[in-house]
Amino acid sequence: MNQTLPHNPLTRFITDDESCWSIEQYQNQGGYQGFRKSLTLSQEQLLDTLKESNLRGRGGAGFPTGLKWSFVPRGDDAPSPRYLIVNADEMEPGTFKDRMLMEKTPHQIIEGLLIGAQTLGASIGYIFLRGDYYLAEKRLTKALQECRDANLLGENILGSGLDFDIHLHTSAGRYICGEETALINSMEGKRANPRAKPPFPQVAGLWGKPTIVNNVETFCNLPHIIHFGPQWFKDLGLNDDAGTKIFGVSGRVNHPGLWELPMGTPIRDIIEQHAGGMRDGYTLKGFLPGGGSTDFLVAEHLDIPMDYDTISKQGSRMGTGTIIILDDRYCPVAMVLNLIKFFAQESCGWCTPCRDGLPWAQVLLEKIEHGEGEPEDINQLEELCRFAAPGNTFCALAPGAVEPLQSALKYFREDFEAHINQACCPFHDKKRQGIDETGTPCIKGSGGDKYEQL
Amino acid sequence: MATKEQQTIPVSVIETPDISLSSKEQQGIDELISHSPQLAGITIDALKLIQAERGWVSDASLHALSLYTQIPVADLDSVATFYNLIFRQPVGKVVLHPCDGISCDLMGGEHIRQCLKQQLNITAGETTPDNRFTLIPLPCLGACDKAPVMIANKQLFENVTTDELPKLLSTFNEVS
Ligand SMILES: Cc1cc2nc3c(=O)[nH]c(=O)nc-3n(C[C@H](O)[C@H](O)[C@H](O)COP(=O)(O)O)c2cc1C
Ligand code: SF4
Ligand code: FES
Repeated sequence: MNQTLPHNPLTRFITDDESCWSIEQYQNQGGYQGFRKSLTLSQEQLLDTLKESNLRGRGGAGFPTGLKWSFVPRGDDAPSPRYLIVNADEMEPGTFKDRMLMEKTPHQIIEGLLIGAQTLGASIGYIFLRGDYYLAEKRLTKALQECRDANLLGENILGSGLDFDIHLHTSAGRYICGEETALINSMEGKRANPRAKPPFPQVAGLWGKPTIVNNVETFCNLPHIIHFGPQWFKDLGLNDDAGTKIFGVSGRVNHPGLWELPMGTPIRDIIEQHAGGMRDGYTLKGFLPGGGSTDFLVAEHLDIPMDYDTISKQGSRMGTGTIIILDDRYCPVAMVLNLIKFFAQESCGWCTPCRDGLPWAQVLLEKIEHGEGEPEDINQLEELCRFAAPGNTFCALAPGAVEPLQSALKYFREDFEAHINQACCPFHDKKRQGIDETGTPCIKGSGGDKYEQL
Repeated sequence: MATKEQQTIPVSVIETPDISLSSKEQQGIDELISHSPQLAGITIDALKLIQAERGWVSDASLHALSLYTQIPVADLDSVATFYNLIFRQPVGKVVLHPCDGISCDLMGGEHIRQCLKQQLNITAGETTPDNRFTLIPLPCLGACDKAPVMIANKQLFENVTTDELPKLLSTFNEVS
C-alpha cells in the first residue's frame, strides 16, 4: 500500500518530454481520479476532508483553505452562480513556481477546480493568468479544450449532473491584480484597486456573488487530498504544516531551480543540497525566504525548517516559498532599491503610505546608493517602514514592500552606513571591473534608469 | 468648463469612418460580450483585442471602442492606463521586455538592459527611429532560475548573455 502513496504529489506526473501536459498521459498516470472520487462524496464530506487536511493557501498568506471555503454560502437558497478563481497572476519578485505548474501540469489545475465545483456547487471557474505567461496560456487553452471534448467540462460532466465550465482570462500586467479583491475588480473591468473587507469575496465577490480565489499551487493539491486522504497529506509534512511545497532558489547558487519537498524541509537542505550551494567565489550574505515581499533572514537561520509558523517566529514569512539569495558581492542597498522601485511602481495609488511613502523610500535609497546619503536618511527610511506597517494601509502590498527594507536595515546596517560614510557604493567599484570569473557580466548596482543619466 | 463646441469635438472624431472598428474587431467584441455576465467585464479583453489588431490603443481607437460597446471612454481609459501591457503610445514591430526583477539583477540583468540600450541607442520606453524595436523592461518574468531573461515577440529567452544580444536582435530584423 505504502508504495502507491506518492511523496511528491504535485510533480509526480511531470516528465521531460511533451507528453505530461496532454490529457491522455495525465489520465493514464492516475489523473482525474481525485475528481472521480469527489463525485461519490457529499459537499459536507468534501469540505470536512479539506479542513482535516490542514491545507494552507500557497499564494503567500497561508490562510487555511478549508476554513476559507466554509464561509461560502451553500444549500438551495444560496446565491448563484458561485465562482471559483485560480490566482495565476504570479508577479511576486523571485517567484516562478506557478508558471512551472501551469506549463507542465495544466490538467492538475483543472482537476482542482472541478473538485472545487463539486464541493461548493460553483458553476463557473476562471483562471486569472498573468499576461506575459504565453506558454502557460497556450497549454491551458489546449487542456481546457481537451476537457470539453472529454466531457470533463461543460454540462452534466461524466453523467454526474454537475455543470461547470472554465474560462481563461489573461491579465495585462499589474502586480496588485494578484491581491484577491483587486483581482475581482480587474475582472469586472474596473481599475484594480483592492476592495474593503467585509464583505469577503466568499460571500460577495465577482459580480456580487460568492467567489473563492486561491493560488495555482493550492488548487493543485486538491486532487491528491481527495484521492489519498487527509491523513496521508498531513503525514507528508515534517512538522506541523501539512503537505509538500514547491520550493525554489534563485541567485548565485550552483543550480537554481524548483523542487517539491516536504513542508518543513530545513532551509539549508534546500539551498545546499538541492540548489547545490553557493557558486565558487560567493558566500551567502542573506536571503528572502519567500519572494520579494518577505523579510531578510541570514546564515544563522539556515537550519530552521521552511514552514509557515517557524519562519514567522524568526521575523519573516514563508511567502511563496521561493528563496532569493543575496551574495556577499552584490550590494544590499541596490537589492532593496530594486525591490522598492518595483513596489513603488506597482502601488495602485489608493492610500498615502504606499503611493507616496514607497517612492520617497526609493528616492532615499537612490541617494544612498549614489553616495549622496546622509545619516538622517536611515532614520527616515525606518520611519517610512513604520508608516507602511500592517493596519496603516488598505491592502498588504505596502507592508510587504517594506519587509525587505526594514530587515536590511537591521541585518546590513553597516552596509548602509558605509555608503554614507564613504560617499560611494563600496560594492560598485569592484563590480565596475567588468566580467567576473564565472563569465557572467557583473552587475553595477541596480535600477536601470540611473545609467540613463550617465 | 468645456464649452458646447468643445464637447462636440470628440463626437465628430468618433464618426470618422477610418477609425471605427473593423468587422473582424466587431465580431471579436460581440463574442466577448456574449461570454461576460456584465458588459464592463470585457474591458481588458477588448483593449487587448484592439491592440492585437492595431499594435497599440490610440485615443481614436478608444473612442471607436466606446462608441461600439457603449462603455464610457473614461472607463476604458482608466483601465487602459492601469496596465503595463496595454500600450497607449505606438510601439515598434518587436517589443523587447528584458526583466528588471531582483533575481535577474543579481545575475547581471542590469548589464543586459544597458547593452540593449546601447545597441539600439534608446532608453527604456522608447522606440527606435526605424520603428523596429521598443524597449520596455518588465518586473520579474517568473523565470528567475534562468536569470537573466527577456521576453520578445511573446517568446522567453533564458540565461541571456551580452555576447549573444547582437545575434538575437538580428534574428528579429529578419522576421520583421
Ligand atoms: C499585492 C499582492 C499581490 C498578490 N499576488 C498574488 C499572486 O500573484 N498569486 C497569488 O496566488 N496570490 C497573490 N496574493 C495573495 C492573494 O491576495 C490571496 O491571498 C491568495 O490568492 C489566496 O489564495 P491562497 O489562499 O490559495 O494562497 C497577493 C496579495 C497581495 C497583497
Ligand atoms: S497599500 Fe498600496 S497597493 Fe494596497 S491599496 Fe494602498 S496604495 Fe493600493
Ligand atoms: S527576476 Fe527576472 S525572471 Fe524573476
